[in-house]
Amino acid sequence: MHRIHILIAMDAHTIAQGAHSVKDELQRELSLAALTDEVRVVETGSLGIYNKGVVLVVFPDAVYYAGVKVEDVSEIISEHLIKGRIVERLQYADIPETKEEEGKAPRFGKQVRVVLKNAGIIDPDNIEEYIAHDGYEAMGKALTEMKPEDVINTVKESGLQGRGGAFFPTGMKWEFAAREKSEEKYIICNADEGEPGTFKDRLILEGDPHAVIEGMALTGYAVGANKGFVYIRGEYKMSINRMQKAIDQAREHGLLGKNIFNSSFSFDLEIREGAGAYICGEETALIESIEGKRGEPRDKPPFPPSVGLWGKPTIVNNVETLANLPQIISKGAAWYKSNGTEKSPGTKVFTMVGNIKNPGLIEVPMGITLREIIYEVGQGIPDGKGFLLAQMGGTTGGILTSEHLDLPMTVENLREIGAGLGSGALLVVDDSQDVVDLVKNFVEFFNHESCGKCTLCREGTGRLLELLEKLTDGRGELKDVDLIEDLAKVMMKGAFCGLGQAAPVPILGCLRYFRGEFEKYVKKPQVAQAAVA
Amino acid sequence: MKTLADLRAIKEKAKQDMASREKTAKYRIIVSMGTCGIAAGARATMSAIIDELNKRNIKDAIVTQTGCLGYCDQEPMIQISQASKQTITYGKVTPEIAREIINGHVVNDKVLTNYVFNLS
Repeated sequence: MHRIHILIAMDAHTIAQGAHSVKDELQRELSLAALTDEVRVVETGSLGIYNKGVVLVVFPDAVYYAGVKVEDVSEIISEHLIKGRIVERLQYADIPETKEEEGKAPRFGKQVRVVLKNAGIIDPDNIEEYIAHDGYEAMGKALTEMKPEDVINTVKESGLQGRGGAFFPTGMKWEFAAREKSEEKYIICNADEGEPGTFKDRLILEGDPHAVIEGMALTGYAVGANKGFVYIRGEYKMSINRMQKAIDQAREHGLLGKNIFNSSFSFDLEIREGAGAYICGEETALIESIEGKRGEPRDKPPFPPSVGLWGKPTIVNNVETLANLPQIISKGAAWYKSNGTEKSPGTKVFTMVGNIKNPGLIEVPMGITLREIIYEVGQGIPDGKGFLLAQMGGTTGGILTSEHLDLPMTVENLREIGAGLGSGALLVVDDSQDVVDLVKNFVEFFNHESCGKCTLCREGTGRLLELLEKLTDGRGELKDVDLIEDLAKVMMKGAFCGLGQAAPVPILGCLRYFRGEFEKYVKKPQVAQAAVA
Repeated sequence: MKTLADLRAIKEKAKQDMASREKTAKYRIIVSMGTCGIAAGARATMSAIIDELNKRNIKDAIVTQTGCLGYCDQEPMIQISQASKQTITYGKVTPEIAREIINGHVVNDKVLTNYVFNLS
């Protein structure tokens, strides 16, 4: 037994700030102080504190330290670990109180942790810590007590919807694949997270990779697949390493492989790395990429649950969707529905970026309002500035303005106003920013990422960019604003895949609420001339 | 992994080492580790407590430390706190007495009055 556990957040953010050197220094100082038998240093996923440098937490006191430098380590050891005095100058006290009610998910202020329940609590490189937190119980339950159709029915009943952005009912998707008669079926975890501002899947994979493995195995059992691929974005080196380690450990423990839990079910996983194309997050382009082809979307229908990888029935689920599954199976559909609203059950993981005091990874129940997210969880907009707009769901996300601050965030409410929850990126923009410049920035991204397969997207993004540049250069005319709107609408209707269809969403959103800002660029030269005269 | 029992065996073992990360442990044993406490031998007392807890396979206790309580002549001091019960403070706790306290207070739930230091 170790009397003290020091959890150090090891995610891409903290590593960039020197988490490895701090950890090495901790180990060195602990062995100098002959404390290695009493104190255990545990690498964990994100602790949910961002832009605050290296973050660690000392248990059992549950004291958080942020901005820890190598030279602070000896003080923490001599003061806190030996004498029990908290090093107040490094203490991070802004931790919302955790509340855990019987049978409910833990709450951190307005946040509710289901998907992130283990992130920042367990060592993701240690399967036993996942098991200690009820890991692989759902798999054991499903394989020993449930039929595949029971698993599908539980997921259907829970109302879980795909967390990649489309919010398609997961159970229904599974049913399509389960019905197909085929010797081979495949499960794919879509971890090609490429939406700018979105990094939830990375932090889930870094913080709790076994939850994703268990979710994939449950999916495999439900639809009758024995093979899965985790398609991870190539830049996510740490996610890839942690996932590989987790797969290896699961195999060693017989939680992947042949006849798991003495059942007739066998399941194994392999990682495939993406090579940096945004389009490969689209499921059929992703499938093409796994097959070794150029990442371009396929014609639909047929959809992947009938004809997918190598022509076989294939389920493609997002990381967050999969990470929800173990708890839905072990705690039941009713438990899952206890969070969120009737039509949008459960929680949603967001990454909050932009002009916000407390950016980062959050998990909130569906139906929360934008005001609560921005002003309570995110602690508001810095420098006393006002709220201009929020973009929900990454670059292709819809635009929300101050009139939407009190709208409950549900799939159906957002759909009604032409927006969506999307991938979970929430960009907050303050009132000192230029809307037209923001739109130009989105369009530059789409223009770069368009795969070029269809004319509307390839040419459309290019022409949109030209028109916007014309405006910002002061050469624009009023009819250009109308042209931007027309072109965006045509792209939305006619583009081949989700990229070209969704690219116009933020453009049209900004035009709808801030048309005057676009027109101002046209009028500007006249204003300048008037001043000269 | 062949049975659920195999899984639960791993779970119990791993949970034991992770107990200090839970806030739900029944007993919280707090050793005073100010300069006075350390000088009086608090470190040896703490090691004895940890050793005894391990030997007896006690899972629902965590060991933590605090600073000087202001009764330096009574060091080493330990406090045992339990939810909804009064915290008990023991004074002049040598490693041997520490083992006795673990056996009496934590294992058998009996306060060892002869070692109790009355703070009031």
